[in-house]
Amino acid sequence: MNAIITVVAKDAVGIIAYISGFLSEKNINIMDISQTILQQYFTMIMLVDLSKCSAPFDELRTSLQEAGDKKGLVVHIQREDIFNAMHKI
Amino acid sequence: MGRMLPRPADFGVAMINTEDIIQTIQMIDEQHLDVRTVTMGISLRDCADPSMERCCEKVYEKITRYAKDLVPVCEAIEQEFGIPIVNRRISVTPAADVAASCDSDDYVPFAKAMDRAAETVGADFIGGFSSLVHKGFSRCDSTLFRSIPEALAETGRVCSSVNIATTRAGINMDAVARMGEIIKETAFLTKEKDCLGCAKLVVFSNAVEDNPFMAGAFHGEGEPECCINVGVSGPGVVAHALKECGGMPFDTVAETIKRTAFKITRVGQLVAQEASSRLGVPFGVVDLSLAPTSAVGDSVAEILELMGLESCGAPGTTAALALLNDAVKKGGIMASSHVGGLSGAFIPVSEDSGMVAAVERGSLSIEKLEAMTCVCSVGLDMIAIPGSTSAATISAIIADEAAIGMINNKTTAVRIIPALGKEPGDHVDFGGLLGSAPVMKVSSFSPEKFIARGGRIPAPIHSLRN
Repeated sequence: MNAIITVVAKDAVGIIAYISGFLSEKNINIMDISQTILQQYFTMIMLVDLSKCSAPFDELRTSLQEAGDKKGLVVHIQREDIFNAMHKI
Repeated sequence: MGRMLPRPADFGVAMINTEDIIQTIQMIDEQHLDVRTVTMGISLRDCADPSMERCCEKVYEKITRYAKDLVPVCEAIEQEFGIPIVNRRISVTPAADVAASCDSDDYVPFAKAMDRAAETVGADFIGGFSSLVHKGFSRCDSTLFRSIPEALAETGRVCSSVNIATTRAGINMDAVARMGEIIKETAFLTKEKDCLGCAKLVVFSNAVEDNPFMAGAFHGEGEPECCINVGVSGPGVVAHALKECGGMPFDTVAETIKRTAFKITRVGQLVAQEASSRLGVPFGVVDLSLAPTSAVGDSVAEILELMGLESCGAPGTTAALALLNDAVKKGGIMASSHVGGLSGAFIPVSEDSGMVAAVERGSLSIEKLEAMTCVCSVGLDMIAIPGSTSAATISAIIADEAAIGMINNKTTAVRIIPALGKEPGDHVDFGGLLGSAPVMKVSSFSPEKFIARGGRIPAPIHSLRN
């Protein structure tokens, strides 16, 4: 199963490293990444593969948000299907 | 020797379309995109029993068995897809049909069993305390009618609906007359709660069997044992898209609404499929609805105003709504494999902050709302009227609305709240999705003799359509 992770935060050093470190610990592979700075806000979108991650989705979602909270990052994870459903025919 | 460059197609699987992703997230976070309801329809036809007590046991047992995972499954879908599912509901076989075999002249215990079952599984509402009497009453229908006021006063989650007209059968004016009295009685029994009971009671012409929305949901005779119907929402998303169309011609407006409705409905279709497969229950329909909430920015009235009307209810409102309603259907129809229910833009007053503002501004009257119901789903909805309004006047309002449905071969409905002790300018407050509403002025000319006639208005001719 693929998911989209979005991260919004005040720009700081090491955000990508922090999130990708978290994902690597959970055995989650990053398939694509897009990042930009918008009005001093760091915005990142990641496409990740959850097939090798053993944690159930709700647990992963909670721990990811908790990890984000520690660094003042707003992190969301959603299954990719909703984006495909809305934007692809 | 050239470098080994990947071809664009090689990126196909993993490429992120930032714009699409951000658009979806903004729709959910800022524009109130949500799935209004996942409604499980359950047939109760095998719960009939000569003993009311035993019948209620069977009803409770069956609903709690079938719907036990409804709420947890919806919660998991919300979490995984990041899309709010506002309500989880249940619709059941019209209660009059199931309770018909009971040796009882009071169906209130049946409503209480439905209520207990909904509470046990955590469903927000349960619909189907219903009866279809468009041509006439059987004994069970009369019993159900009599039980409605008390049933709605003594339960929290039960919704009731009756069908009093169809295009094929005409209008049962005896039922129309009776419903005026029942609405008044329901208001009286729930007067401590701003007459809330009436917000859970709807009178239909051409009721549909697979409607996921309350208060009119019931699980019709032609439906399977159990199925999942989904109602989508999204006026805020449409309004946001229309803000980009300032001053452009209607072709652009219609096209923009269609595209937006497509996206909204696809979310509903996705949620419906997921819920259906996880619950092991067939997928029924997606209702292509545009259902407002009382939150600012989630209003159908606002969409009409964005088309260029100073205030909803101004001349032009019916045309604007006709365009909106049609474009929502055209956009939605391709997004879903099975479409049904009420499908169209809803124009409830209390549940739509823009409608409330229009009434307060004096631009929107009951008469204009009636005209609007000719071109949209579903009818005079969530309208508070003075508590002093006579039962005959309420019946006549129902008759007018039923005639619109009957002649135009569409569903129409009346959900009207006579607010006891209140006059135009006062407010009623129901809380939650039901919102709050200003009491609207009703014509003071009497239809009493008209309603007293009784009998049936014959079904209309199906040719010579003008």
